[in-house]
Amino acid sequence: MQSIEEFRASTRAWLEENCPPSMRTAMQEDEVVWGGRNSSFKNPDSKLWLERMAGKGWTTPTWPQEYGGGGLNKEENLVLLQELQRIGARQALNSFGISMLGPVLLEYGTHEQKAEHIPKILRGEIRWCQGYSEPGSGSDLASLSTKAVLDGDHYVLNGAKVWTSYADKADWIFCLVRTDFEAAKHSGISFILFDMQTQGVSTRPIRLISGSSPFCETFFDDVRVPARNLVGTLNDGWTIAKRLLQHERTMISGFGLSDKASGRSLDASSVEGQAMQARGDTGRLSDPVLRDDIARYKIDAEAFAFTSQRSMEEAKLNKGPNATSSMLKNYGCELNKRRYELLLQALGTQGLGWASVQHEDFSVEQLRVTREWLRSKGNSIEGGTAEIQLNVIAKRVLGLPDMPMLTTKKGS
Amino acid sequence: MSMVLNEDQSMLQQSARDFCQANAPVSELRRIRDSQDPDGFSRELWQQMVALGWAGMTIPEQFGGFGFGYGGLEVVLEETGRNLVPSPLVATVLLCATAVNLGGSQAHKSALLPRIAAGELLMALALEETAFHQPTRIACSAQRREAGFVLNGQKTFVLDGHIADKLIVVARTSGARDDRDGISLFVVDRDAQGLSISRSQMVDSRNAANVRLHDVHVGADALLGELDKGDELLERTLDVARIGIAAEMLGSAQEVFDRIIDYLKQREQFGVLIGAFQGLQHRAATMYSELELCRSVVRRAFAELDGAQEDVPALASVAKAKLSEVLGLISNEGVQMHGGIGMTDEFDIGFYLKRARVVQALLGDAAFHRDRYASLNGF
Ligand SMILES: Cc1cc2nc3c(=O)[nH]c(=O)nc-3n(C[C@H](O)[C@H](O)[C@H](O)COP(=O)(O)OP(=O)(O)OC[C@H]3O[C@@H](n4cnc5c(N)ncnc54)[C@H](O)[C@@H]3O)c2cc1C
Repeated sequence: MQSIEEFRASTRAWLEENCPPSMRTAMQEDEVVWGGRNSSFKNPDSKLWLERMAGKGWTTPTWPQEYGGGGLNKEENLVLLQELQRIGARQALNSFGISMLGPVLLEYGTHEQKAEHIPKILRGEIRWCQGYSEPGSGSDLASLSTKAVLDGDHYVLNGAKVWTSYADKADWIFCLVRTDFEAAKHSGISFILFDMQTQGVSTRPIRLISGSSPFCETFFDDVRVPARNLVGTLNDGWTIAKRLLQHERTMISGFGLSDKASGRSLDASSVEGQAMQARGDTGRLSDPVLRDDIARYKIDAEAFAFTSQRSMEEAKLNKGPNATSSMLKNYGCELNKRRYELLLQALGTQGLGWASVQHEDFSVEQLRVTREWLRSKGNSIEGGTAEIQLNVIAKRVLGLPDMPMLTTKKGS
Repeated sequence: MSMVLNEDQSMLQQSARDFCQANAPVSELRRIRDSQDPDGFSRELWQQMVALGWAGMTIPEQFGGFGFGYGGLEVVLEETGRNLVPSPLVATVLLCATAVNLGGSQAHKSALLPRIAAGELLMALALEETAFHQPTRIACSAQRREAGFVLNGQKTFVLDGHIADKLIVVARTSGARDDRDGISLFVVDRDAQGLSISRSQMVDSRNAANVRLHDVHVGADALLGELDKGDELLERTLDVARIGIAAEMLGSAQEVFDRIIDYLKQREQFGVLIGAFQGLQHRAATMYSELELCRSVVRRAFAELDGAQEDVPALASVAKAKLSEVLGLISNEGVQMHGGIGMTDEFDIGFYLKRARVVQALLGDAAFHRDRYASLNGF
């Protein structure tokens, strides 16, 4: 058995040799690798880096080796993360398969399902999307009405999903469907997987306030899905759905860590750095109100980073509060929103451009801030709204009572 | 560095919790207030705390302490904060023992620290001169006279001033009023000629005093640390105390929060428990989240005190700013969510509100520390 220090040494050596130099620079937005059948790599190094990392199982370091994962324990995983951080390595692969579906498939899937999907997820061969929300079922997700009816060894799906991120780019979908129409609303849902190329699936992109169209309306019209693609127990999909949401929230809470919060030196990319640069200040930010607001934000960001760390340590000792994911999700999203509001204030009207007509109107960076500011508003909506997270904390963590009239109605 | 308490700390926490609940619940503070106790704290209780080792926790073994480190005091202060226990822990242990330990000569240390650890000596730091925390705004003067110094000036908001056997007086030995340079610290006996101490009655029923120094003569050996360079020693001392106070504030905030949640599960209006109202649920969830952040901040700051130490100044400001804000919020909600009963003197919540404001102001409020944090971070 390798000691942890040997593991560190061999990891460092491997990374030195295998991480291409361009993969040790800050990620460019258009070079993020999402994987999938139609992947294109703007930078050929991204492809190389993905193949090498996937080859080691290190796109999913803690997943079992049996399915192609890295098989690392928590300590080794930490070392790997530290070593990746040390050289500023980019994330080789970013996907819903990794952050959401994989973990629940490993927990609830059959051996056949894992063997079929896990390797393709971690090699970035198949890109997944999430079919949860429907036009009539957002926060009240369990009221969903997309139907799946058994017909021989297939389910036949009819209905519509909405806000399906990257549905037009994804290869497969993990989807919540109603399989029992008589049961109480939480008890008739199943969790099912299918190929987006199946006949009867169609998507229509929706344009966001930020100008891009990352999500879609998704329609199912007599879509036939093999019954073996149902994950877990029939009609018990809600259990899996909630578990997956916890993984999603943990991922989203990472948004709150976007500022290098505990960096003590003034960094030009930080909010305060930008504010000072835009005003030509040295030594001290001249706007006292903005200075105070930024200090408040940074203090909270530090406190949040410490809390994420503590929550990880507590999870290891298994004494973390069970709904920390909701707290972290909510706080992290609010922090990220605050960060962008402060960035706009930092930049003044230079943060309010939409496009550069004359070349030098707005810098690429400035335009990016404006678009990301708009995008950040979705942080407290996606993955369950801020209000829903607060409900979860109030009820699951604090044990506060339900309002009597809100108890589950049968069949609704 | 770990963000969770170790086993020793957890044991200590439990024993501190049991001790405070059994011997010093809020009713003890109420008793002291209502009986107009001349000391403003219970000497008997303090001796019991001394016996538990609390006074000597951070004092090195060679000077009669236990060298447990600050992580021990962390959990103790959280419990005294939960119960609003009036004790010399802040003035004598957090402030004065720290200053002596960090800046004192061998002679100071061996004369003072063992007696503090043994519960034989109470001390107070005479720092503030205005209604605001401004550690360099020092007009109180110490002029060289013969072999020693003569002190003149006045001090306010001196915690435990009227019960202290000795004071550490922050005085100006050179420079102008707001200069960093030219500040020096002196150890002065309570019965020194020309020193007068009068107790002030604060809203939190805890101890503070006004101190006047009129031609107070002290020997050269009264100087604590370096002449004119007291600012640095003072800042290091204050940072330790700020972090300590943050732990106390965490305990108070947690206690008020727990009481709120209990009440939300017990009080009925409109035929339902008031905890079912979403207007209250979301505010409770928000407080919970803020408290979790506070806990992390306090833990992180204490880990730094017992560890690398280089980030202590910024973390002290993070802790004091964050805890001041959150305790402010929770102490207000404590009254509001209890309705009319929260306004009554008979009910304990008011004690927490009153203590909150004093401890928020103590050694710098949230605005002071945001400003300091910004400066420390170069903006
Ligand atoms: C950027 C983005 C990406 C997304 N990606 C996906 C995806 O890939 N797949 C997917 O399935 N979904 C996705 N969503 C959808 C998202 O999960 C829903 O938008 C979200 O759950 C809210 O549902 P809704 O939009 O129907 O709002 P509603 O539920 O109608 O909410 C409207 C308002 O009412 C409030 N509200 C609702 N119920 C309560 C309550 N009980 N108490 C208090 N307030 C309440 C909400 O907080 C909100 O403020 C995405 C959303 C966004 C913004």
